[in-house]
Amino acid sequence: MKKVDIFFTINGVKKTVSAHPMKRLLDLLREELELTGTKEGCGEGECGACSVFVEGKLVNSCLIPSLQVQGCEVKTIEGVADGEQLHRVQESFLKEGGAQCGICTPGMIMAAIALLEENSEPSYEEIQEGLAGNLCRCTGYTKIFTSVVKACQK
Amino acid sequence: MRAYLPAYDALTPDSLDHALELLDTHPEEYVPFAGGTDLMVLLDWGKLPRKKYLNIWNLSELKGIQEDESFISLGGLTTYTEIQASEVLQKEFPNLCQAARWSGAWAIQNRGTLGGNIANASPAADSSPALLSYGAELEIVSRSGVRRLPYSEFHTGYKEMRLEKNEIIRAILLPRSSVENCHHYYRKVGTRKAQAISKVCLAAFVKWEGNKIKECRIALGSVAPTVIRCPKSEEILTGKTLSRELKEEAKATLGQEISPIDDVRSTKDYRLEIAVNIFDEFLDELGGCKEG
Repeated sequence: MKKVDIFFTINGVKKTVSAHPMKRLLDLLREELELTGTKEGCGEGECGACSVFVEGKLVNSCLIPSLQVQGCEVKTIEGVADGEQLHRVQESFLKEGGAQCGICTPGMIMAAIALLEENSEPSYEEIQEGLAGNLCRCTGYTKIFTSVVKACQK
Repeated sequence: MRAYLPAYDALTPDSLDHALELLDTHPEEYVPFAGGTDLMVLLDWGKLPRKKYLNIWNLSELKGIQEDESFISLGGLTTYTEIQASEVLQKEFPNLCQAARWSGAWAIQNRGTLGGNIANASPAADSSPALLSYGAELEIVSRSGVRRLPYSEFHTGYKEMRLEKNEIIRAILLPRSSVENCHHYYRKVGTRKAQAISKVCLAAFVKWEGNKIKECRIALGSVAPTVIRCPKSEEILTGKTLSRELKEEAKATLGQEISPIDDVRSTKDYRLEIAVNIFDEFLDELGGCKEG
């Protein structure tokens, strides 16, 4: 099977990319569009490192074939800030030490934004549940949860 | 080892009819592909069969939650997120909402579908015991028409099911009844709350008539080659008033009805013990309702 043209909107910009229809969205972003902010962790939907938004919904980009973003709006960590102005969740992760090695951070931030869009005043337990699909091997999670708590207060 | 992509093909059909036509005329070639949360994992492992995948994710004919007097009908593509958000499901079928909440995490729940979970036929599927606890039926469609099947008759062996290669699960039907005098129970045991594949999962539903159990369905995952109902344990409880002796008899029977194995996630002995323990918890909850 040859490549097909995938038309979609990435971080607000319309693009057409020639790709194999089963190519993972994760690889499409990183290899074809130079959007390397989205990381690969486990590659099987366990760790959340590759989290992005498709049609406004949080998804694991390692589990989505390119064919399934045909005509869709996709947002990655690169599209979260407004120009030089960081998103309040990004600000909070910086200030509170929510990132250490940084591999889980883009996914954590996407999941945290998804949570805050759904629930602007989550309890601590709701934050834990909202980020339950994202693994971090550095922080022990406390500083990540604190970052989200502080982001809610902004 | 990652899959070799040129060996695969994938396309998006125009409609359900188009998808069914392709499945009917090329049954060995095409395979439906919904949310991808199971199939893409196989792709990553290099174990996804080299077929042509039919991207059914956008087919509107397979979406939506409908209700009439007798049934709640969930389109095959209903996601776990949609299940949790449905008020009628929360009220009448809470086991299914709980299963949806504990399957994967948010990102998976936004893509994983009920029809996909059923067709993937894992004995550890979390939605399946909940569906069995409510006596769900399946509506299966092919080019030659629609057929209905009780879900309890669908899985016939490990990864074997009564679904032909030219068929798609169109909808899952949950029979409605009065919400009065009901007890629902759902519990999953795994290594962590999110993402983990179950070691054991138990869903149960009881309808009371006075002090007697009028109707009872008990279903388990990860304790047999398929998800299962436990008809002998159900029969022991049905028509009875709960007593200590009855509970013990039901627990002993349940232990005989399941056949767990040792595998990467747990052991036979642990599963057996935990299954009986959570069944005991369910019986205690029941007792709390009717023994005062």
